[in-house]
Amino acid sequence: MKNFLALLLTLFLGYMIMSWLATNEFFPAMGDVDVTTRVSQKYIERDVNGNSEEVVFGEATNLESGPANTVTAIVADYRSFDTLGEVTVLFVSSLGVALLLGGTKQRRLELNFHPNFMLRVGSRALFGIILMTGIYISIHGHLTPGGGFPGGTMIASSMLLLYLADDEFRAKVKGFKILESTTGSAYVIIGLLGLLLGGYFLENLLVNGVLGDLFSAGMIPIIYILIGLKVGSEISGVIDNFLTEEGV
Amino acid sequence: MTLINIVEIVVSVLLIALAFLAINSKTLIKSVMFLSSLSMLAVIGFVIMRAPDVAVTEAVIGSGLVTSLFVFTLLAVRKAGKKI
Repeated sequence: MKNFLALLLTLFLGYMIMSWLATNEFFPAMGDVDVTTRVSQKYIERDVNGNSEEVVFGEATNLESGPANTVTAIVADYRSFDTLGEVTVLFVSSLGVALLLGGTKQRRLELNFHPNFMLRVGSRALFGIILMTGIYISIHGHLTPGGGFPGGTMIASSMLLLYLADDEFRAKVKGFKILESTTGSAYVIIGLLGLLLGGYFLENLLVNGVLGDLFSAGMIPIIYILIGLKVGSEISGVIDNFLTEEGV
Repeated sequence: MTLINIVEIVVSVLLIALAFLAINSKTLIKSVMFLSSLSMLAVIGFVIMRAPDVAVTEAVIGSGLVTSLFVFTLLAVRKAGKKI
């Protein structure tokens, strides 16, 4: 009876949402929107300040924002200050985990399972591939989908794989902490340099180069590599905190 | 009806079915597995809706990191209590 009522309520709510969206003029079907009237067109054409220049992949130079990937152009260039806040949120959450679970004398959590030969060898083989993919995604953040956050998380997953492969393994947490604080401070210092030399916080100081090249978009690849390293070391630290306990 | 429409419908129906199974499973480890496959199907949905950036993030975090953290937590909890 209870399940039946829940099903009825869910179907009713689903019908309400679907019927409301179907007749809503602010929610047209996919592909029906005239994008030239939307604000996203300004970002795609790099036309926010009004200097309209034709955007051609592989040829356009000196655009308003350099990355070929429009999402990166918004996340790390137009709205870079928001990304700084996002990084701070992640830092505060890892700080909370370290406060709750961290301690001076720590050892690995004893799990009720021991990795066999296949798991050990397979994880070691996959570790390098996943690490390389994470670094690749971080470096190519301004050209291809992805960027610092997924790349950093991929680096952390490769560390998790090492924890899975070996029940004695522990990462060098101190090195991770140094890396994390250095890269986080470097991001803020880059922002302050922009404020001092360019007049705006996180101003892009380097030349943009040709749209679509690996060495293009000025500061954006540097910022994304810093974010990738920071997120990777931060989440690796959180994983280490989760998998250790206090003891001798 | 093109192929992409059929894929869309199959993915949406499977998403709802897997969400139901993830809530209603008897054992926690099965719930985690269903949640992981739900994330994997959501990645296909994001790719169909042309959001590759979100798809990459969902693939790494949703079906990779969160699943393995859940599995590790279940392994650690099972030691103290009785069978879950």
